[in-house]
Amino acid sequence: MASPTQATGGFGWQIEDLDTDEMILNMGPQHPSTHGVLRLELRTDGEVVKAARPHIGYLHRCFEKHAENVDYPGVIPYTDRLDYVASMGNSLGYALAVEKLMGIEVAPYVQTIRVLMAELQRIASHAVAIGTYGMDMGAFTPFLHLLRDREKILDLFEWTSGARLLYNYNWIGGVSYDLPDGFARACRDFLDEFERITHPELMDLLIGNKIFVKRTAEIGVLPIEVGIAYDLTGPNLRGSGASYDLRKDEPYCGYETYDFQVCSGQGRYGPVGSCFERNWVRALEMAESVKIVRQALDRIEKMEHTPVQEKCPKRVKPPKGEVYFRTEAPRGQLGFYVVADGAGVNPYRVRVKSPCFTAMGVFHVLAKGMLIADVVALIGSLDIVLGEIDR
Amino acid sequence: MDLVYQLATQLYPAFATWPAWLTVTIAVLISGGILMTLVALGPIVYVYAERKISAFMQDRLGPMRVGPYGLLQTIADTIKLLLKEAIFPRDVEKSLFVLGPCLVVTGAFLALVVLPLGSRLQVVDLNVGLLFVVAASSLSTVGLIMAGWASNNKYSLFGAMRSAAQIVSYEIPEILALLTVVMIVGSLSLQQIVWSQAGGIQNWMLFRYFPLMHVAFAVFCLAGLAECNRTPFDIPEAESELVAGFHTEYSGFFFAMFFMAEYTEMFVISVVASVLFLGGWHAPVPAWQQIGPVGLGPAWLVAKAWALILVMMWLRWTLPRLRVDQLMHVAWKVLLPVALGLTVVIGGLLVIPATRDGFPWDPFCFPITLAAIAVPLLRAAFAARRWQARRDAELAR
Repeated sequence: MASPTQATGGFGWQIEDLDTDEMILNMGPQHPSTHGVLRLELRTDGEVVKAARPHIGYLHRCFEKHAENVDYPGVIPYTDRLDYVASMGNSLGYALAVEKLMGIEVAPYVQTIRVLMAELQRIASHAVAIGTYGMDMGAFTPFLHLLRDREKILDLFEWTSGARLLYNYNWIGGVSYDLPDGFARACRDFLDEFERITHPELMDLLIGNKIFVKRTAEIGVLPIEVGIAYDLTGPNLRGSGASYDLRKDEPYCGYETYDFQVCSGQGRYGPVGSCFERNWVRALEMAESVKIVRQALDRIEKMEHTPVQEKCPKRVKPPKGEVYFRTEAPRGQLGFYVVADGAGVNPYRVRVKSPCFTAMGVFHVLAKGMLIADVVALIGSLDIVLGEIDR
Repeated sequence: MDLVYQLATQLYPAFATWPAWLTVTIAVLISGGILMTLVALGPIVYVYAERKISAFMQDRLGPMRVGPYGLLQTIADTIKLLLKEAIFPRDVEKSLFVLGPCLVVTGAFLALVVLPLGSRLQVVDLNVGLLFVVAASSLSTVGLIMAGWASNNKYSLFGAMRSAAQIVSYEIPEILALLTVVMIVGSLSLQQIVWSQAGGIQNWMLFRYFPLMHVAFAVFCLAGLAECNRTPFDIPEAESELVAGFHTEYSGFFFAMFFMAEYTEMFVISVVASVLFLGGWHAPVPAWQQIGPVGLGPAWLVAKAWALILVMMWLRWTLPRLRVDQLMHVAWKVLLPVALGLTVVIGGLLVIPATRDGFPWDPFCFPITLAAIAVPLLRAAFAARRWQARRDAELAR
């Protein structure tokens, strides 16, 4: 050890001298703010986290093995259960992957419905993400305000697909049900209320709150290089300043024809890439999604309504081959790698590249040296869903 | 106490001839018992109020099922808590595990002894009453640490340590803020502090030395909020970080004790704030002090205290929580210098003859403060009305 007087400019002690015994703190799997059954093994020194190790797998359901034992359409209900906060996005990714494998091109009407549903789901998913993040910070009220609006989205989904959480909506070659009569009007009513009341209230009450900013804007700073190195995607990477969104860069479902902005961290209150930035990006994305939904509704009203299951194959049996298709799910890039052997009706292999899993990978890097309270803030800002990490 | 004493001598004249220690003990026990029962029922009201207030802030109804408008909900909850098994995990230090909540409750209730709820409604008017209140509320810290340590749970330990650090830090600015009032009045007796504010709202401590006492009040309220472990200073039981902090392992009756202590402490802090700064049991206008023969003193005090409790609840459901280091920052780098400066300045002003009785502009202070509070509130209220009307119009369309 170097001479202590040297290190501290003559005070005779240095900060390491204050270290006490380390304590292992097991956070989870039954902890209120690990967002599911995640166990964190924290080596703490007082309140400071010296090292953190996430333990995952408590929710493992063998999705990939299951997928090999059911036929292609049968996988769709399982994909709903990956990221159960944003089911629409998952089944959309899988359906698009299989459609690419089979060379099916769906009608523009179905594409528009899919975009509409995916963006509504993005709003609902970000509402949960930001709401629970506020709750991690101790602010309970914004959570319930956001959940109130999420309920309205779920009502729309229930009206359309009959389910509130696991929709089984995006099918290979189409969607399971057409939009009900009056959907556009009900959806517009919701959007008006969300845009004029809930979203500004959220920005005032939580995002702009000084305590909230002070708590989140300086911590968990993820430089963009580290983010790319750890394969972070979606709002987590955009929070670090990258303007990278698959809806713009590799458009699918006709996203290139919609007018919207890709939001990325601006570093308004602190360094770019902090916990605050990731959350801020989500808040702005909600407003952008509202824009997309409005455009989709306009198109649906003008468009010719073709039967939604027109292109659904009677028997889904793709030719031999493999395909990787990635979409921009609310939590980042969700990739489906599907291998078909051309012989059976079951997929030979389905592999999921899940955004939450890679986001969890960067956790131990960022958590080092944090306070315990900041660890909670970090997990919340990465917006993980354990259903997708463990699969 | 005097009231009970007089009543007893009237009903049973021989009472006065008993030895003094016996009569005093009996009188204190009776009056204290009555007061404690009344205050112990308080948390039932506060919990209901808290749930309803939070519900209205969050666009929901709150308890509605048990009784009309859910009025009996907290009573049902209390009964449930009392009937539940108190679980003792295997590795707890049993005696301290039990003693912890008892001390916390004792600390919270002990302060009630000296609180002047009315000109005569007070168990005992100690000449060091304020000191007693501060000392008694510090006692609950010992209980919290005991509970946290004896639970043998790491989260409890974290909670206990945080609470110790927090209360030690916040007591200093709190006491310094109290000191300004004590210096002006020249007494630690709560009853005397109240009497010194007689004669209408312009004489309340809050409205003397115009900007200074406002700052002192703010410092006291912030520090008091931290003393009660309420959001944004609720880090000892930070639900999302430490599960439940120091009471993670408690269940049933012992959990209820912590709960009761928390709400009682809120009441105590609010009463102390009203006594010191808001005129205690004095009405804002002397004519409103009583209706006919019935004195309204206690009602005024309780109204003031409840208004402060309402603000506490409002803050809790609005603000996020501070982090540990930020909490210490607020205490040591903001509140403490401010409070210290206040003490020095007010001490100096009291020595100068020209300002011994307050600044010359103090009589105008009340309207200014009223305007400063009322204008934004009214504006917010009107904005909310407009908002609501627009929203109704949106939804009706």
